[in-house]
Amino acid sequence: MSGAPRSPRVPLTGHPGRLALVVAGAGAAGMLITLPLAAVFYYALRDGLAAYWSHLVAPDTLHAIGLSLLAAGIALPVNTVFGLAAAWTLAKFEFPGRRLLISLIELPLSISPIIIGVAYLFVFGMQGYLGPWLDDHGVRLAFNVASIVVVTTIVTSPYVFREVLPLMLTQGRQEEQASIMLGAGGWQTFWRVTLPNVKWAVIYGVCLSFARSLGEFGSVAVVSGGVRGETNTMTLQIDLLYHDRVQTAAFAVASILTSIALVTLVLKTWVECREISSD
Amino acid sequence: MPRPRVIPGFGLALGGTLAFLSLATLLPLGALALKTAGLSWAEFWGYVADPRAVSTYRVTLFAATVATGFNIVIGVLAAWILVRYEFPGRRLLDAAIDLPFALPTAVAGIALATLTVPTGPVGQLFAPFGIKIAYAFPGIILAMMFTSLPFIVRTVQPVLADLEPQLEEAAASLGAGPASTFFHVILPELLPSILAGGALALVRSLGEFGAVVFIAGNLPFKTEISALLIYIRMDEFDYVGAAALATVILAAALVLLLAMNLLQSRLYRRFHG
Repeated sequence: MSGAPRSPRVPLTGHPGRLALVVAGAGAAGMLITLPLAAVFYYALRDGLAAYWSHLVAPDTLHAIGLSLLAAGIALPVNTVFGLAAAWTLAKFEFPGRRLLISLIELPLSISPIIIGVAYLFVFGMQGYLGPWLDDHGVRLAFNVASIVVVTTIVTSPYVFREVLPLMLTQGRQEEQASIMLGAGGWQTFWRVTLPNVKWAVIYGVCLSFARSLGEFGSVAVVSGGVRGETNTMTLQIDLLYHDRVQTAAFAVASILTSIALVTLVLKTWVECREISSD
Repeated sequence: MPRPRVIPGFGLALGGTLAFLSLATLLPLGALALKTAGLSWAEFWGYVADPRAVSTYRVTLFAATVATGFNIVIGVLAAWILVRYEFPGRRLLDAAIDLPFALPTAVAGIALATLTVPTGPVGQLFAPFGIKIAYAFPGIILAMMFTSLPFIVRTVQPVLADLEPQLEEAAASLGAGPASTFFHVILPELLPSILAGGALALVRSLGEFGAVVFIAGNLPFKTEISALLIYIRMDEFDYVGAAALATVILAAALVLLLAMNLLQSRLYRRFHG
């Protein structure tokens, strides 16, 4: 994130005004963020560890975990390759329309996941433009596992890109140019020069992408058909359990996703500390 | 003037990027627009000006605006204390700000709803005063605040860290107090980043689904958001109705993003010449 500020940070001692600002700011932001976090683990573990474990290993839940992992497992490599290619294009070359391209790539971050799901069905669903034709050829891409995988990939496509691009832009092009002048090929330059330079941003982007793809809800709810034990992902399973009023079970599944989110944050903090200390 | 490119791979990388982008984003959004374009004006108007649909626009827009307003205050304050003061737990708070980015929205939704129902730990505090949070309007605002807070903090924070200390020293030596320095010297410098972050937060809140549906109560004409109505129309196999509504919401988001982009670059030019 931001490195060291230009004005040094000042201590609070002897300044009641500063202390009040910190209490208000940290209190409001901290409570908004940590209360839901604490609630997830409190309600998940309320009936004890044995109940918690039995909720996690219920067959429908295990199936949902497997399906979410499958979707994330396919979305991740696709988005990593896409993110690196797109960031390389934008950081290493000048061409008109770069700002427009960035906006288009980041579009899935701003538009509602519901709209992405609906728009997807208008291409690949039976009411869509390609769906009936694909169906005639034995390919179904709606209300099944394939559709879950594809929309998850679409929704999480900007994450690796977004982490890598700013770093590539600040690093510039000199190292690549030097490498090419010294006789290295394009791929060799990418693997030996560019990728090692952005390694940590890629790793964090992949983790964030992983957390988001396991946790995608709106778009998946539209395209999945939501068949219990078949096309239910972890978040759809949470939705089902919560509305079945099996609260501890819903929070047990939620606690897995929350733990992954926490690991992602720890990793991010660690990566930033490395960046600052290596500056 | 075109210079020879030293680095190879432009064609492959740009081609791959555009191919993926076309398949993943442009093709579906184009299909959505095409589906809607097949409607006559009267049919289109019938869907998007339906009273239930109009009430969802009002609920969504109002809640998102209020949530963004609250978040601007909390977000700028959080960015300020993170950049300016040294206090115990600062690094932890800094790391925690990103949690809503990483936490699935559905998880946030059930956690916030369970906390704020009248019998929940937070809801209990408000229930004696007759204030309902979950299954009422404040719940929608709360859910939107949670998912969009990091946008504001993370846009303002680097700009604040990069401010020249001389500006404030000059203001102080000319006799301005801390509050006056903040509102007359620092805030104008931060304004473009506040607007940019606020726009991102607003657009994000307008489209938020997972966090809101669990806490909103989802009563038509009262606490139903637009994204949910689109979902319901799809569920009822009313594909054309869903397409018309989705197109309106999509167009609104795009116009808002574009307007904020233009405004931001104008402000930037005004302050930086």
